[in-house]
Amino acid sequence: MPVSIRGLSKSFDGKQVLENMSFELPDRGVVAIEGRSGAGKTTLLNILMGLLPPDGGTIDGLAGRRFTAVFQEDRLLENWSALKNIRLVCPRAVTDAEIAAHLAETGLAGEEKTPVRALSGGMKRRVALVRAVIAPGDILVLDEPFRGLDEATRSAVIRYVLKRAGNRLILLVTHDRAEAGAMNALMTISIGGEGA
Amino acid sequence: MRLSTTSRKILIRALAVVFWLGVWQIASMIIGQEILLVSPVRAAKTLIDLMGTGAFWQSVFSSFGRILLGFALAATLGAVLAALAGLSRAVRVLLEPLMHTVKATPVASFVILALIFIRSTNLSVFISFLMVLPIMYTNVLAGIDAADRELLEMARVFRIGPLRTARSVYLSAIYPHFLSACTLALGMCWKAGVAAEVIGFPRHSIGGALYLAKLNFDTPDIFAWTLAVILLSVGFERLILALTRLLGRALGGE
Repeated sequence: MPVSIRGLSKSFDGKQVLENMSFELPDRGVVAIEGRSGAGKTTLLNILMGLLPPDGGTIDGLAGRRFTAVFQEDRLLENWSALKNIRLVCPRAVTDAEIAAHLAETGLAGEEKTPVRALSGGMKRRVALVRAVIAPGDILVLDEPFRGLDEATRSAVIRYVLKRAGNRLILLVTHDRAEAGAMNALMTISIGGEGA
Repeated sequence: MRLSTTSRKILIRALAVVFWLGVWQIASMIIGQEILLVSPVRAAKTLIDLMGTGAFWQSVFSSFGRILLGFALAATLGAVLAALAGLSRAVRVLLEPLMHTVKATPVASFVILALIFIRSTNLSVFISFLMVLPIMYTNVLAGIDAADRELLEMARVFRIGPLRTARSVYLSAIYPHFLSACTLALGMCWKAGVAAEVIGFPRHSIGGALYLAKLNFDTPDIFAWTLAVILLSVGFERLILALTRLLGRALGGE
């Protein structure tokens, strides 16, 4: 069942951020969300994930569907290892070896036991990505997920996401159209009157 | 010979202690009357003599047990009440005036009132409990309030259960507040507990021994018992902080 959004609106302190937005999302595949900074992309994601209530409008087709996410910030437990951060969201059946294999695919082989605080910004971003991919879910939210990654790492991580989570609905917030292209985006939602 | 930074710090601290012991020794020599101020050497000698008696250890263990019990009860209840207040605004509003009142009331008032209802043996348990409870409650609640909102949102999106959320997000936020509450409360519960014993005068207690020494104008004993309380308080603080750190590592995964 596709997700249907009708007449969605949201304002903060009298400033309209989302105004009467309507669109449908497919069951699976990548949907790119574009727009200038502050246009309301993260607000839209937060409403879809149930973290913010909309001022108006309806959202159908989300009942019973689980989200996993890479937020704008990494939102990792800094004193915990990469492995423990990921294990926190995993079912018991997922083994440490499986988690290590996921980390290795993103270039983090051997970093399982490293406390997150000791990792670089790009490495933390990849831990956050692996956590979102490995956690059970139907919809994967990626809010500027490749920020801070060099070109080669970005390509490897894109391949990893498509291979491991390609059967889910992926909502990708990006400023980079090439990134949306590399992720094989099926459609693009423009927020704030810009984008395609 | 070069000293490491740690050794230098220890040496500086030791020198500060030696300086004040020197001041104490000189003051006692100037006054020249042991009934007013005994020398540190005499206080230490009296303490060593006391340590050779069974009555000393009986008093130390009884007082230690009662104060430890008061501390443990307050730490547990304070943490539970703070968790409830963190969950419910109504509980927080309800408990606020109670905690403020307990914090602001003088120990002597509690001791005198409590003596009407409580046996003198249990008085120090109750008083150290009362001293520690608001400190624990306030600090643990501050830790809950300081929990990272973004991590809580992450836990919500990933549907991490309440117990796992408590362990991963709340515990790391509460931990530094709990440690500072322990540091603050441990010294206070010893002072208040012994003060309660002085007033309540239970058998086999440090406070009772202090009171007897006062009645007999036995100043060396008063100083020796005071020295014992200071050493016990510092030892107790180190022990609890070490245990708290171990617990933090085990539960928080640091």
